[in-house]
Amino acid sequence: MSVLLKTLGFSLGLTLLFTLVTYILPQVEGEAPVEKAVDLSALTMDDFIALGEDLFNNKGTCTLCHKPAPLGRAPDIQGADMVSLSNERLADANYQGEAKDAAGYILESMIEPGRYVVPTWGKKGTNDTESPMPAVDKSPIELSSIEMDAIIAYLQAKDGNEVTVSLPSPEETESVAGAESKAPGSAALPMPAATAEEALGKFACSSCHALDSTDTLVGPGLVDIGARLSKEEIRQSIIDPNAVIAEGFPAAMPADLAEKMTVKELELLVTYLAEKK
Amino acid sequence: MHARHSCHQRFLPSASKVQRCILWLLTTVLLVTTGLLQAGEDSDTLSRIAPVGVVQIAGEPPVARAIPVAADAEKTEPMAAPRPSRSDYPNIGVSSRAVVWILAQLHLFFGALVLAVPLFVLIIELLGVYTGDERYDNMAYEFMKISLTGFSITAIFGGSLALALFLLYPDFMSYMMHVFGAQVLVYAILFFLESFFLYTYYYGWNAFRYGNRKWVHLSLGLMLNASGLTIMVVANSWATFMMAPSGVNEVGAVVGNIWEIMKGPLWNPINLHRFIANIAFGGAVVGAYAAFKFLSTNDSEKRAHYDWMGYTSNFIAILAFLPLPFAGYWLMAEIYAYSQQMGITAMGGILAWLFIVQAVLIGTILLAGNFYLWAGMSRTEGSGRYKGLIKFIAAVLVVCFLIWVTPHTLILSASEISLLGGSHHHILGPLGIMPAKNIAVNLMLVVTFLSFQLYRRSDKVATVSWAPMGNALMVSIYVVAFINIIFLGVYYGYFTNTVYKVGSSVAQVATTLVVIIAGIVIDTLMFKNAKTLPSHWGRIPDRAQYALFALPIAFTWLMGLMGYVRSSVKTHWHVYTVMKDNSPDNFIPTIAYAGNMITVVTILFLLCVLFMFWVANLSTTKQAKPTPAVAGGVA
Repeated sequence: MSVLLKTLGFSLGLTLLFTLVTYILPQVEGEAPVEKAVDLSALTMDDFIALGEDLFNNKGTCTLCHKPAPLGRAPDIQGADMVSLSNERLADANYQGEAKDAAGYILESMIEPGRYVVPTWGKKGTNDTESPMPAVDKSPIELSSIEMDAIIAYLQAKDGNEVTVSLPSPEETESVAGAESKAPGSAALPMPAATAEEALGKFACSSCHALDSTDTLVGPGLVDIGARLSKEEIRQSIIDPNAVIAEGFPAAMPADLAEKMTVKELELLVTYLAEKK
Repeated sequence: MHARHSCHQRFLPSASKVQRCILWLLTTVLLVTTGLLQAGEDSDTLSRIAPVGVVQIAGEPPVARAIPVAADAEKTEPMAAPRPSRSDYPNIGVSSRAVVWILAQLHLFFGALVLAVPLFVLIIELLGVYTGDERYDNMAYEFMKISLTGFSITAIFGGSLALALFLLYPDFMSYMMHVFGAQVLVYAILFFLESFFLYTYYYGWNAFRYGNRKWVHLSLGLMLNASGLTIMVVANSWATFMMAPSGVNEVGAVVGNIWEIMKGPLWNPINLHRFIANIAFGGAVVGAYAAFKFLSTNDSEKRAHYDWMGYTSNFIAILAFLPLPFAGYWLMAEIYAYSQQMGITAMGGILAWLFIVQAVLIGTILLAGNFYLWAGMSRTEGSGRYKGLIKFIAAVLVVCFLIWVTPHTLILSASEISLLGGSHHHILGPLGIMPAKNIAVNLMLVVTFLSFQLYRRSDKVATVSWAPMGNALMVSIYVVAFINIIFLGVYYGYFTNTVYKVGSSVAQVATTLVVIIAGIVIDTLMFKNAKTLPSHWGRIPDRAQYALFALPIAFTWLMGLMGYVRSSVKTHWHVYTVMKDNSPDNFIPTIAYAGNMITVVTILFLLCVLFMFWVANLSTTKQAKPTPAVAGGVA
């Protein structure tokens, strides 16, 4: 019995010692992001900037990586003037994006971080051609366009620069309120198309294009599109429809169509259309 | 020797028969399993995913393809992950997370134990066959005997966990069942197989003990391990799917087959890590049993037996433990590659403090393992040659341990900051970051291997002519390895950017592995036909046995801690990026709360293990027949 007591006492003592270590460390709770109710209609620019700072440090999880050297795994944003830095990068020969100003650049770097990879900060083994940063409008971060604008406002204002993004418009305010009032459920998110046919339906291609004939609706018929255009040309005509416009047709195709698609949806459509010969 | 050789030759024909049987059985199981998976997959995916592009026969006109109308599209639309609100989670009055935490952790502890024990039991049994030493066979049987109840306990906690999950997280479980489908039935079938092989293996031990029947028995053990490991990898796929979902789209709808769902980026790193960790854990737990039995008896023969059993268990635990950090590196590297955000949450975010606790636990394991080896040197008469080195090894271990537990930042008051001259101490601050800790952990592993190597050498004298050169080579390897590990850590850790810090740790790990492999190779060759010095099993101080209790306690606590970290990196997601956790417990608790929970499960596990050992010993206890009372004894 004494052996049992001794060994049990030793084992329990050791267990409690380990527990004690957890008591002497800082006690912090990691709250899940809370959906804060912000009255967008009564928002001032100062509130908007403060909202941006809060998003930058919390929901956006930006500070996980963007820290001062040597701790950061991404360039230090809070320690730099992002407006002048953005202008330098826009002028860089390696810049591949479409932004025209600092606000556009910051937005682009959040939703398409690969458009410009800061030298030495690329994904390991890619020679700075790929960015390790996740798109902040996708899971798990899921920032809305208003939230991204708020972050841009914060990054512009923190160094005394002019804030060029506007406060949410009444329409946006209404749309956010409408989205919030919907009951939570899978219907709240648009479902990505699983097949080319679904994608054609989802993006309403047939509203303007006849798919099974050469008939002209708003745009040209697509029955033989694969014989007329290569895969690359089809992809370009979706991503940048105004680059080359079919003769005799107006520039009516939405320029932002590709931005609403997932990469997979775009590829499904390109493959499907390229095979229509 | 000759007799044993011919005996092996006699085994061969029947061994190949057995192998054919095993192959036939494996093929059948595989076909049935694949058929089941395929059936589920076909019925599900073919109706959902239409072929992309135009399907036509050569020379024939294209087949007209109708674009599905909205109603059809809705019918075939894959199901997205549910998005439960807080009210969708049942409230039973206590924290649902705490209930699931305790049940899951106890299930995992026992699962790990009962997967590991048959694995090294089979190896020990095989060793018995090859050496002809029946003591191995007896020890293997005893290991099985003491862990047998563990299988039932694992199943009890597993069943309770499943019920708790279905009760407390119905939407999550409904989604998981939808995603994994028929795979869960395959999991259930595997339990039948495992039970069959377990009981035939254990109860058939003495019936299939010698000759050709021994091979039948070994084959049963092999099949027991095969079914057990398959159960583990299947269950791992659920955990890794929750961390890094694959085979589903961004809203969680299933778009791939079951294989694509299972083989996520973290599946194999977790499989390897758990496989190795289970062995270390199992070895440590049965080592504690041997230590308890050693301390409980004064019979020198029994003490010798349990000393040997304890040594073997410790050997298994430490040997499996040495490569474990490398499997951990791989897992963390894959986590970073999958999501840098997830990696930083674990290593640099709110969970980073837990790695200080991890350092304390691993430090305890290494100190206890080393102490046991040093104390064990008293068994052999040739150990005096190496005892002088122990103090240096101990010094390296202690210094490295202190570096490892040095935190990077502390929460300080204003006066403390001014006393310190900043938020970080100018000397101790640099010791808080990963490069310093990488140096420390690699050096600790290297010197632990040195302890092990010295112990193994202590009862031998090399007789080969090149022994001095072999020793010089070994010393050189240690010196170069020490310099390389420190140089890599200091140069790449402090003088280049963050990306290279991680890269240099791979080279450090490779250096440590080179030392271990070179040590094993050199010693194997150098001590071939070596002169053996007397060794006395049972001649070890009682206090050394407490190291064998420290090991399983630290291992259990460590498993609880790292399991918690692994699960918590998902933060507020049930399934990362596709299904949010909206339950009241969707936050990361404080370290002390986590510490309390881990202590609770560790103590519960300790009590269950005591019960398991007690039951095992009960089977060998026979009550003496009561003596009949003498009639009219007292007038």
